[in-house]
Amino acid sequence: MSDIADRVKKIVVEHLGVEEDKVTENASFIDDLGADSLDTVELVMAFEEAFGIEIPDDAAETIQTFGDAVKFISGAV
Amino acid sequence: MFDLGGKNALVTGASGGIGGEIARALHAAGATVTLSGTRLAPLEALAAELGERVFVETCDLSDAASVEALPKAAAAKMGSVDVLVNNAGITRDNLFMRMSDDEWQSVLDVNLTSTFRLCRGVLRGMMKARWGRIVNISSVVGATGNPGQGNYAASKAGMVGMSKSLAAEVASRGITVNCVAPGFITTAMTEKLNDEQKARILTQVPAGRMGEAGEIAAAVLYLASPEAGYVTGTTLHVNGGMAMI
Repeated sequence: MSDIADRVKKIVVEHLGVEEDKVTENASFIDDLGADSLDTVELVMAFEEAFGIEIPDDAAETIQTFGDAVKFISGAV
Repeated sequence: MFDLGGKNALVTGASGGIGGEIARALHAAGATVTLSGTRLAPLEALAAELGERVFVETCDLSDAASVEALPKAAAAKMGSVDVLVNNAGITRDNLFMRMSDDEWQSVLDVNLTSTFRLCRGVLRGMMKARWGRIVNISSVVGATGNPGQGNYAASKAGMVGMSKSLAAEVASRGITVNCVAPGFITTAMTEKLNDEQKARILTQVPAGRMGEAGEIAAAVLYLASPEAGYVTGTTLHVNGGMAMI
């Protein structure tokens, strides 16, 4: 697993209080990891800060799963 | 009671009578305060009076860019915005049938839209801190209506619905959002009324007198305090019994 994926996973585990092995490629933040809509906003904020990037609102809406997040951030850093 | 030591507060309309008293009350409770308003001179005079823990940031609330910049500027100076008091407001009274689009829009822009933008601007920091207090200054007129104030009443009622919605969204993050709705308060604006007008108004106020700006400030101080952490989405009416709602 890439360094970015590791860091993203750590943020997700911390913010949502879930077990690390639940955070799989296709795990949906809302459907599988128990996030509410405000949690997803906070996750995006945390990603922005951790990686020093800007995630516009329309892009943020496409980040539904752990895999989506890793893919977007890998392309943005 | 009501210790705001270490908290940073942004107060709009701080050049006015009520806003100035709100700033004084928060400051006296230990908060660092950023005073915002359109006119620099009264803000600087108040800052000089308060002495330490105070900053001044002018802002034209009818200008979107200026509004967007205000929370950032305040956070840059103070380190954060933990307490936001949206107190600034304007009136452009006219009978409904004569009210122009411009009179309607300018009041909605300054009173309601700027409040929305400022709330949005401080949320990120409050969410991260898991603590925040937003107090929006509404009006008794927002609940009762008032002839000649269709625009103003709409803006103040809109503020209440907006505050409740936001309160529900962020309650789980330790952020409260409430309104204070003043009745007739002694300010420069009401000083312009003649004795006859004042007497007529007072017939509607069971307390038999106008309210003082400090009585609004006390309500704001309470809602901004750690003690009010379980109070959210409410409107605290401070009107001498004029409307018991």
